Amino acid sequence: METTKPVLDIRNLSVSFRTGKTEVEAVRDVSITVQPGQTVAVVGESGSGKSTTATAVNRLLPENGRITSGQVLFDGRDLATLTEREMGAIRGAGIGLVPQDPMSNLNPLMRIGDQVAEALEVHGRARGKAARDRAVELLDMVGIPDPARRADQYPHEFSGGMRQRALIAMGLACKPTLLIADEPTSALDVTLQRRILDQLDALTDEMGTAVFLITHDLGLAAERADTVAVMYRGEIVESGGARQILGDPQHEYTKRLLRAAPSLTSVSMVAEPATPAGDDLVRVSGLTKRFSIRSARGGEPTEFTAVDDVSFSIPRGLTVSIVGESGSGKSTTANLVLGLETPTAGTIEFDGVDVAGLRRKEMFALRRRVQPVFQNPYASLDPRYTVEESIAEPLKVHKIGDKRSRRESVRKLLDQVALPAAMAERLPHELSGGQRQRVAIARALALNPELVVLDEAVSALDVLVQAQILELLGELQRELGLSYLFISHDLAVVRMISHQVHVMRAGQIVESGTPDELFAAPQDDYTRELLAAIPGAALQA
Amino acid sequence: MLRTIARNRVVKRLAAALLTLFGVAVFVFVMLRAIPGDQISANLGTEAAALTPAQRAALESYYGLDQPLITQFFSWMGNLLTGNLGFSSRAQASVLDLTLAALPVTFELAVLSILFALVIGIPLGMLSASKPDSLRDGLGQTVGLAGLSVPAFLLATMLLSLLATWFGFNPNGRGFAPLFTDPLLNLQQMLLPALVLGFGIAAPIMRTTRTAVLEVRSDDFIRTARAKGVPPRRLQLRHVLRNALVPIVTMTGLQFGYLLGGAVVVEQIFSVPGIGRQVLLGIQQKEYALVQSTVLVIALTFVIVNLLTDLLYRVIDPRVRS
Repeated sequence: METTKPVLDIRNLSVSFRTGKTEVEAVRDVSITVQPGQTVAVVGESGSGKSTTATAVNRLLPENGRITSGQVLFDGRDLATLTEREMGAIRGAGIGLVPQDPMSNLNPLMRIGDQVAEALEVHGRARGKAARDRAVELLDMVGIPDPARRADQYPHEFSGGMRQRALIAMGLACKPTLLIADEPTSALDVTLQRRILDQLDALTDEMGTAVFLITHDLGLAAERADTVAVMYRGEIVESGGARQILGDPQHEYTKRLLRAAPSLTSVSMVAEPATPAGDDLVRVSGLTKRFSIRSARGGEPTEFTAVDDVSFSIPRGLTVSIVGESGSGKSTTANLVLGLETPTAGTIEFDGVDVAGLRRKEMFALRRRVQPVFQNPYASLDPRYTVEESIAEPLKVHKIGDKRSRRESVRKLLDQVALPAAMAERLPHELSGGQRQRVAIARALALNPELVVLDEAVSALDVLVQAQILELLGELQRELGLSYLFISHDLAVVRMISHQVHVMRAGQIVESGTPDELFAAPQDDYTRELLAAIPGAALQA
Repeated sequence: MLRTIARNRVVKRLAAALLTLFGVAVFVFVMLRAIPGDQISANLGTEAAALTPAQRAALESYYGLDQPLITQFFSWMGNLLTGNLGFSSRAQASVLDLTLAALPVTFELAVLSILFALVIGIPLGMLSASKPDSLRDGLGQTVGLAGLSVPAFLLATMLLSLLATWFGFNPNGRGFAPLFTDPLLNLQQMLLPALVLGFGIAAPIMRTTRTAVLEVRSDDFIRTARAKGVPPRRLQLRHVLRNALVPIVTMTGLQFGYLLGGAVVVEQIFSVPGIGRQVLLGIQQKEYALVQSTVLVIALTFVIVNLLTDLLYRVIDPRVRS
């Protein structure tokens, strides 16, 4: 073992948050070493303390958080003991940051070029025109086309991927020796995620910058990092070489994480189709939806085709998935099937009846048979409704039963989604993300629907919770004979739950088949690209 | 072509503004006439009862009060379009001339008051927000609360009498000096009313600033800016305050518009011949033309200030521009 001086040496770090009068320890006795030029990944689910560890390093903890013990050695100094002023000189210059969400991490009122140049200016690396020129160079380096023009634009004129590139340019502007990348691509589509991570790798290699990577994705960590540390409930439970951790996990939690991670193990958890072919609950043909969008300078609106001549069917009791990236038209398709949007052309037949011909009352009756579960379990439950009120609401709307029988139904539904009956009185903010999504599923099941439309229903959940919810969905399908329309951006998840998969791109279905067919022998280039972009895919071999 | 014009946002805004003004015109026209009494009884007082029906009819026809309301309304509207705002028999001057004299005075007072309010409100709001629920926050909030709850007439009379008795400072007692004839005396005369009004308006501005700054400070991009190494002062000004500016500008615009309506009480106490006083005198004299036209002018300035506020958003926020 060579004895180079590490760039970052975290020794027995503990961090606490004060809420009210109590102090909660979020990070406990964490030690991590990052060698020059190395990439070290910290993996964990939300609440594991991984992001807190990262923010403690450059001392950007929220006001109620503080380092209670331990050292953060960077460049021979203990960052934990520096004054705010001394920290200011290190932030950006010695330690760069690439934050998580590109949509919220740029100042909306400042030109992109100015924001990059500011990183240089505050450290006296360049001023005025020179800073601007360097900013344009940096934007060019991170792969932003036409950088001189784009530098004068504002964040809202940038796409998510372009913003993330700009943030990378900002983080690397002063050629720091350490870059903290906190879930740098989690908000992006998989194919884009891969391109941006490649770019980040190339740049940090070139500059010799060490990377402290925070991610929830074990596959991604294994693929990108030299060393992986797994965090669970504020502690590091296991750390070591990436391949070693994947190949021979020691800690129980790591093993569970590995089993649950769809990107790595993705095996089908659905039974073989039980119903004979031909018994379709939903038949969609030639479905098209166009939106008119207001053009920038007033004038005539232009048309945008979100869904373009899409046809598929959903057999009774099976799961049909639509997979695609943002803007592919998959969610619009879901909304059309739910009857939340009216198609521009094409037909949707539900149980042999053309939905378009239905009158209001019949449409209302149809809604009972088709229920949605949406992505964000934090937003789709009314914060002032108790769990019971949320679940009982559809029953009330459709005037089913009286107060007592509804209460009984709620109890049964909670049981079905494996939540204790005592949950009925809770409010959403008292529940975890997984529990909320279970409530949302219970609410969808309240009306005994035949079809449940799941629009990115597990995307916001941690892998372990995600695996539990997918399992629950599978059980419910077998018990109740439900059909699912499963919308997702994640091919690996889709593989676990679907009987049939359609890959959508730019409003069209580019490839269809069973999950195994798609994974084993993808026909379309785009499908191949999606598959290759699954983090950790290369490591499976 | 016509549809394109109709869809244009500027055209839409102007149309909405005209509609608002028309609504105000109808409202003030009706309300004035809903109050018992008219110009004749207001002029003559109890002697109005002694008028013979013929005399009364003659006066009514002189003031045009014998016409049907609808005719009165549209003849007023028609006159407005030709620039004739009516005539005040009390002041023996045209309403246009009166307004042109009073409006700049009110405008000056409004600008000074807003300046005071901003100078007090914004730093105080930022100070409060810099450490919420601390001593300084409590102090800031108390000052804000005082501004909201101490009535302007109380503060105004207190200042006026205390300064006059203790220091002999009473510039307002010397007859109003217009800005351009005696700027020094004018500014002295404007000082107290602007302070009183500014103090009252500083409170909502302080509160808006505090809330907006607190909200922006918790935004992700602030943390990212700190991670770049942006020092505190630059962070406060370039990142926090600029982003907090939109709600502050909204509040300031609203308050400014309200001030342009004439701070009747304060103008009265400090004998400032502004637009608020003009309306008050008009109402006392039941001078329909004077009140109607002046209120409409006030509404017009309010609408213009609102439009300017919207334009200011476009300067501040590039997202509004596109």
